Amino acid sequence: MKGVLVVAEQLRGSVRDVTRELITAAAELGGPVTVAVLGADPAALRAGVDVAGVDEIVEVRTATAEFENDVYQRAVEALIAERDPAAVLLGFTVNGMGYGPAIAAKLGLGFASDVFGLAREGGDGDRIVCRRAMYGGKVHAEVELPAGRPALIMLRPTAWPAATGPGGAKVTQATVGEPGSSRARHREFAEAPASDIDITTAEFLLSIGRGVESKDDVPYFEALARKMSATLAGSRPLIDSGWLPSARQVGQSGKTVKPKVYLALGISGAVQHLAGMKSSDLIIAVNSDPEASIFGVAHYGAVADLFDVARELEKLF
Amino acid sequence: MKIVVCVKQVLALGDEVEFTDDGRDVDPDFLELSLNEWDAHATEEALRIRERSADGAGGEVVVVTVGDESAADVLRRCLAMGADRAIRVEAGPGALADPITVARALAEPVRAEQPDLVLTGVQSSDSVQAATGTALAELLGLPRVAVVTRIDHTDGEPTAVVHRELEGGLVDVTEVDVPALLTVQTGINEPRYANLRAIKQAREKELAVVRPSPAGQPACSVRRMYAPPRGEGARMLDGEPAEIAARIAEIVKERLS
Ligand SMILES: Cc1cc2nc3c(=O)[nH]c(=O)nc-3n(C[C@H](O)[C@H](O)[C@H](O)COP(=O)(O)OP(=O)(O)OC[C@H]3O[C@@H](n4cnc5c(N)ncnc54)[C@H](O)[C@@H]3O)c2cc1C
Repeated sequence: MKGVLVVAEQLRGSVRDVTRELITAAAELGGPVTVAVLGADPAALRAGVDVAGVDEIVEVRTATAEFENDVYQRAVEALIAERDPAAVLLGFTVNGMGYGPAIAAKLGLGFASDVFGLAREGGDGDRIVCRRAMYGGKVHAEVELPAGRPALIMLRPTAWPAATGPGGAKVTQATVGEPGSSRARHREFAEAPASDIDITTAEFLLSIGRGVESKDDVPYFEALARKMSATLAGSRPLIDSGWLPSARQVGQSGKTVKPKVYLALGISGAVQHLAGMKSSDLIIAVNSDPEASIFGVAHYGAVADLFDVARELEKLF
Repeated sequence: MKIVVCVKQVLALGDEVEFTDDGRDVDPDFLELSLNEWDAHATEEALRIRERSADGAGGEVVVVTVGDESAADVLRRCLAMGADRAIRVEAGPGALADPITVARALAEPVRAEQPDLVLTGVQSSDSVQAATGTALAELLGLPRVAVVTRIDHTDGEPTAVVHRELEGGLVDVTEVDVPALLTVQTGINEPRYANLRAIKQAREKELAVVRPSPAGQPACSVRRMYAPPRGEGARMLDGEPAEIAARIAEIVKERLS
């Protein structure tokens, strides 16, 4: 059986969690698992990927320490040519989005992203079937990738548990192609502005979404949160519109929270929102749409108008 | 300064779902059509860059989509926002099957425009692949940056400085050679509404229809679509708002006590 190539994701000197989730998925898929680690000093990142399930770590030394899409693309293309894997697994992350689809387009690979389920089929396990969502998560699809050529698959973060346990993989070094020039160059990181709001330590979050249709209603929910002794949080559209400060954003590009209670009003449950709150102890969702995906992760749900419910809640705290 | 913006007509599901007889897609009667949210931001950003650029009104914003005749609606909306011209790439069979195939259909018409900048949305709200823009950049041989929340570019300069927004909101300030393709993230701007006059004027603007180049091999194919398993789904609280609120209050108080 052909192998699986995992591309490690790293940021500022450490391997990101999604990498070890990819390793779990790769080991489940079957076949030898190779993890490619790119960096100015890839050996320093070894401990972050040398976990159970990995057969080989390929260390690729790059001129730049941080991610640049041209550099990753060149290296991964060279590894695909050299090893002819059945599948190449990347995270469905901002970095992955910057080069994964380019490789698939250039080499004519099978491709699917935001994948949360994987299986091998066919005689030699050459055909890969992925599970992913469509139409705002209201529908799931089984997607077949063509057999006979590698498949580049971008996996949804947090869909697989992170691989743990002692490793012991064989380590090899690779120099791939000419270093070449990078057409999009990392200059510096700019941190989100500091804030005295910390939604990550709150026990009770009242989180509002685009169901709150007007900026004028936001103060009402601020007051409701105070009354309920909850901390106000929100989905990205409210931060994008400037209705809430960015420190209150829950989700992939905001904060990951795990409160005792997460009460979501008028939030549909897009994958990037769920990434930030799905491991809350208790999730309660109010949404007027009975098919809203948020009900897939909530423990309690109510199909109702959020304003009607809010006005009643107000009286009870 | 010429900017091409690639936009998509997305399909949103209402409160109910039914599937086509072959079980490979949702019955179109249950879908609503609209301009992809991310693409509205990309179009707005193109208009702002044009407005800021040295040649001002002399610049051009061209919007392109792949789709059937109904998809012309999203082009009209972009024209009403202020885009100058539109191109619809006729969607042949299978043309919308996967983002790589869509990128192949877009490549020729976009290349022919010789743009200084190509913008797309980060992803479409209906298929969430976040792939078309990056794949298109490759086919056009352009440098690219995905998930951009800010674009600083002075007309005629060989580079642009953009903000690439990573997980957790961390920003990677990136310098990119131009011409380039950027995939635009929400929050970069507040898209304008078109007034009635603009909507009327949009009808006068050019909307060309071109044939796609051969689609090539699909990158994937849908075998089956189904309602997501609701195995451990939520326990639903029924009743009037007052009853729902009472149950929520009870559950919350018990948890926090
Ligand atoms: C790279 C990337 C990163 C992202 N990061 C994040 C992130 O960190 N956090 C985040 O939240 N999103 C993020 N997003 C955006 C995400 O994809 C969704 O667009 C967003 O989460 C939608 O927010 P929403 O649920 O509030 O809005 P919508 O999806 O518009 O949902 C609104 C919901 O409100 C319901 N509703 C409307 N009116 C009422 C009413 N009166 N009563 C009850 N219910 C009502 C509707 O039925 C609907 O379900 C990211 C996207 C990308 C591409």
